[in-house]
Amino acid sequence: MSDDAPIAGGWFAGVDPDDLEAGASAIREGERSHPRDWPALAVESGFADDEREYYDLLKETTARATKAAVSEAERADDRQLVHAVRAMDDCERTANELAERLAEWAGTVDSEAGTGIEYARSLSSGGRSLEADDRRIVSLAERTASLADEADELREFVERRTPTVAPNLAALAGPVLGARLISLAGGLENLAKKPSGTIQVLGAEDALFAHLRGHAPSPKHGIIYVHDAVRGTHPDERGSAARALAGKLAIAARIDHYSGDLKPELEDELDGRIRTIRARTDGKPDADGGSDE
Amino acid sequence: MSEPALPDGVERRSFDGTERLATRGEAVYGEPTDGDWRAWNPRRSKLGAMLELGMETGLAGGETVLYLGAASGTTVSHVADFAGPTYAVEFAARPARDLLEAADSRPRLFPLLADARKPETYAHVVESDVDVVVQDVATRGQARVALENRRFLADDGRLLLAVKARSENVARDPAAVFEDVRHELADGYDLLECRRLDGYHVDHEAIVARPR
Repeated sequence: MSDDAPIAGGWFAGVDPDDLEAGASAIREGERSHPRDWPALAVESGFADDEREYYDLLKETTARATKAAVSEAERADDRQLVHAVRAMDDCERTANELAERLAEWAGTVDSEAGTGIEYARSLSSGGRSLEADDRRIVSLAERTASLADEADELREFVERRTPTVAPNLAALAGPVLGARLISLAGGLENLAKKPSGTIQVLGAEDALFAHLRGHAPSPKHGIIYVHDAVRGTHPDERGSAARALAGKLAIAARIDHYSGDLKPELEDELDGRIRTIRARTDGKPDADGGSDE
Repeated sequence: MSEPALPDGVERRSFDGTERLATRGEAVYGEPTDGDWRAWNPRRSKLGAMLELGMETGLAGGETVLYLGAASGTTVSHVADFAGPTYAVEFAARPARDLLEAADSRPRLFPLLADARKPETYAHVVESDVDVVVQDVATRGQARVALENRRFLADDGRLLLAVKARSENVARDPAAVFEDVRHELADGYDLLECRRLDGYHVDHEAIVARPR
């Protein structure tokens, strides 16, 4: 762009006022260090007849540019994964709640009523017959069962999707935990930018903030607790195991976001590290220290 | 409390028997409405709290505004109701989706998906010499953001800044955080009024400033 043009660098420079698409991409891609009196310059250069028309054009164009940028960002694969894993958790939780309600209700009419999703499935598949009056109970069972099915299908979707979005993370953490970490961080890019100490306590925010305010010990692990490397380690050494795991997960997320290569050696490195950590507690009684998030 | 005048287009009106701030426009977040008027909830809006507390914002109505950290558009929609051309900058895509909806019915509200820490990514769109910069970004380095965006502000313009202590440092005493922010801001601004928003927003301080 020539510097002598007074509108150089303005979003509308060289843009046909009728071509909204070109204007929108100029808004999304343009850069300039300092602002100028764009409305006046636009009128001066003939882009718009008056200020009013300029603002009308600006309105249409910014709306279009932002809409496009938003849907691009939202459609990205990691965003889809975040929604899927959150929906999976919601479906599971809701199905369990409904199954509890169902068990309580069905228990009043069926002396052999069972509990949980399994009972909801047997009721809905006609495995147990109730009186015609109890139609509402059976219907509730059907809905509960199908919600549980949806949760299962979402889990399959997550298991299939995570390895394509974040192959190293999925290999190291498992697809569901990998997706949960992406979800907690708010996207793969965000996860890749987090230090491993933060990844170590993702999901334990309450405990972390209580600690930072000074009235609690620091949490040793957040959601990564469900990983075998942590859970399968003696409670005395879980902090170390969580630290080692979080370190490798951070590296995995960074590779996935920035390069996308596969690094199978990460898994071996982690295994070796965990073996060393576990060796420290060899011979100690396996105190079944419950979870301490 | 001696009340500075509210900007034109902002009024105290009665909703279900309570006097509340209100502007005229299409409802955005399920707020109570009365004809064209919709209540402005100071608990959900830092600028709303500033007006409710009677701070000297210098707003008169009809200004050109650059709003940083527009989020879902809760506050910026009220601003666009009483101000002139309003540029709304938001960094995150999810809230920007709601912002687009709020902007739909407001012909002079311009939504932009951009990072307020990088003014060069929107200086080709936002005009120079705006009357007011409103800033409500939950990021570390809030003073830095205000200084970076000073380039948009007219010499006699106003910065209306809501500082969130927890975004700077969750562990430090908020008073110390505010002290630091004020100190850093003084590099480019004269601070006219500073006030805690306690009662409306926990650990927030509102600052009215003028470029120096």
